[in-house]
Amino acid sequence: MTNIAGTKARLVWAVNIAAFLLVLLWTIPTLGLLVSSFRDRDQISTSGWWRSAFSSESSGFERAGTAADQAFIDGLYVIEGDVTQEGQGLSAWGVTSKDPAAFAPGDLAELKDGQSLTVAADGHYRLTSPTEFTQTRGMRIFVTTLNPPSFTTDNYARVIGAEGLGQAFLNTFTVTIPATVIPILIAAFAAYALAWMEFPGRALLVAAVVGLLVVPLQLALIPLLKLHNDIGLGKGYMGIWLAHTGFGLPLAIYLLRNYMVGLPREIIESARVDGATEFQIFRRIILPLSFPALASFAIFQFLWVWNDLLVATVFLGNAPDQLVMTGVLRELLGSRGGDWEILAASAFISIAVPLLVFFSMQKFLVRGLLAGSVKGG
Amino acid sequence: MEQLGFAGATIVAGVFGCVAWFWGSNWLLDTIYPPRGEHAGRNILRTNMIRPWLFLAPAVLCLAAYLVYPVFNSIWRSLHDAAGQNWVGLENFRWLVGDPKFRESIFNNLLWLLVVPALSTLFGLLAAQVTDRIRWGNLAKSLIFMPMAISFVGAGVIWKFIYDYRDASQDQIGLLNAINVFFGGEPQTWLTVPFWNSFFLMAVLIWIQTGFAMVILSAALRGIPEETIEAAIIDGANPWQLFFKIKVPQIWGTIAVVWTTITITVLKVFDIVFVMSNGQWGTQVLANLMYDWMFRGAPDYGRGSAIALVIMALVTPIMIWNIRNVRREMR
Repeated sequence: MTNIAGTKARLVWAVNIAAFLLVLLWTIPTLGLLVSSFRDRDQISTSGWWRSAFSSESSGFERAGTAADQAFIDGLYVIEGDVTQEGQGLSAWGVTSKDPAAFAPGDLAELKDGQSLTVAADGHYRLTSPTEFTQTRGMRIFVTTLNPPSFTTDNYARVIGAEGLGQAFLNTFTVTIPATVIPILIAAFAAYALAWMEFPGRALLVAAVVGLLVVPLQLALIPLLKLHNDIGLGKGYMGIWLAHTGFGLPLAIYLLRNYMVGLPREIIESARVDGATEFQIFRRIILPLSFPALASFAIFQFLWVWNDLLVATVFLGNAPDQLVMTGVLRELLGSRGGDWEILAASAFISIAVPLLVFFSMQKFLVRGLLAGSVKGG
Repeated sequence: MEQLGFAGATIVAGVFGCVAWFWGSNWLLDTIYPPRGEHAGRNILRTNMIRPWLFLAPAVLCLAAYLVYPVFNSIWRSLHDAAGQNWVGLENFRWLVGDPKFRESIFNNLLWLLVVPALSTLFGLLAAQVTDRIRWGNLAKSLIFMPMAISFVGAGVIWKFIYDYRDASQDQIGLLNAINVFFGGEPQTWLTVPFWNSFFLMAVLIWIQTGFAMVILSAALRGIPEETIEAAIIDGANPWQLFFKIKVPQIWGTIAVVWTTITITVLKVFDIVFVMSNGQWGTQVLANLMYDWMFRGAPDYGRGSAIALVIMALVTPIMIWNIRNVRREMR
């Protein structure tokens, strides 16, 4: 008790640091992939993404010009050119693979037959010889270059076009929008009946909905696929919309009912006294007042359908033109597991929309979560 | 583009269909039994009996076809052979008990059940407590909550990058190996390390679920009456005592809800294992095992259904607990 102020300040610091560490831990994985999606293939595979903001060294070799490129200047045969690209700096060079960094920029290397080679810091080389060059293949110059940090959007351009992600994006949209809208419609009416109408079996129905909330959807895959085949629906968008509607309904009804029960009784009763039909009450009073709950469920369902892999794999099929984005991502993980530039860009295209929805509608999402779990428990 | 038009048309048709059904059926009901005239009283009673079912019909139909029917159909399938032709009794379940892959899956699922809900809730509680007391708390909450919006597959890619392995002679590009090497370790292929690889997969789910736990627990923590906290402070409780002896006991109910919700997610976990290890190297779980039997190679619907029913059986206690809670609340 002697130093309350001191402990308090220290506690504030501790809390801030703890929060910072947690946030760091929780954002770094995503950040890593985001940064990587803007680096080119060579950079990703030679250095960690956390070094991307600094210059990186890379080594390799370039070929000098051939006999065709030579010029005769002041009694010497000369081949000139550049071994580095724009923006790169040369840190060392060499002429054998055994010692690829033997010389510093600007050094002069004596080669056989009186030839000599020098490479300047800007990557300009000059190969000279007293006799005429005859080689048809340029000699190898080993270079160690310093690459400034560089970022590119090429990966994105590539995956949207060549890897079929553009089509998959469209497919995902096609699956998601109806699969979000339709269950809301059906559930809103059911929730109203369960919240505000008196009829025998109501409690039982509510209990059934709560029970169905946790039924693992794995259980439903085969029976439903067979059912769809039997009634001629087969694999396709209609099937997956219906499936997502069915799987989303329990949560939709449960959330909406919980919310509607909390609406003030007086409004509804006075409307009934005034002679409004149930349908009018629902449309004019219940629906507008329930907007927050409708919005939260819409976000849940949107995220869930957009991010789903299992239902899409089973009900939509695996042909390239039918794949949704999670499906493409999964295929890429299998077939191009090491091509991180492709994986990273694809992953970010697929999570961009959910992240956008998440950050813009977080308020409704949180509200829905609280209505769903705190009240329900 | 064409398919977007199809989707748009479906939405319009769906909306119109729903409205037409609800409006039309209600109108029909009011026409057949008008709530006025000489039988007004009797008619109102009748319409009150029928109307709820008009509102409920599409939902009840949908639930029955897409959730109730499959449960019974799966039970039927689990008692039949691979193609669903011949009755085999409990043969599929007998096979399950003896199957080493199934035992591995059950063991892993139990491990997941122990670790993921516990750590998610713990981190969630910690994050809730910490972010409620700082000025940039809302920003911090958003960032910790963010993984919830990322698909399991996307999360799989993100974490596979963290676990990436390069030969010791090269620079490591996976963060975990880079840290490991920095502290003098040998680079590892983390996802093949026996036993511990399951934990590397669990990390992904914990990363996703912590935000959920945090949001709900944070609301619960704020709901604690001020008086109890003030009283404890006046009585000289230090911050730790305040947290563990005053706050936590008051939100046990919410902690239980968070715990069970995450438990259900864990029981159904599929995508993470599917894309990151596909059940190899001893990381198999029930949902992925089921997928293997149903959709890989020669499908065996009998065995697949039997595994699905095991998942259902594991979920059932939570289901019953939830139903009892809701019924108590409704009374």
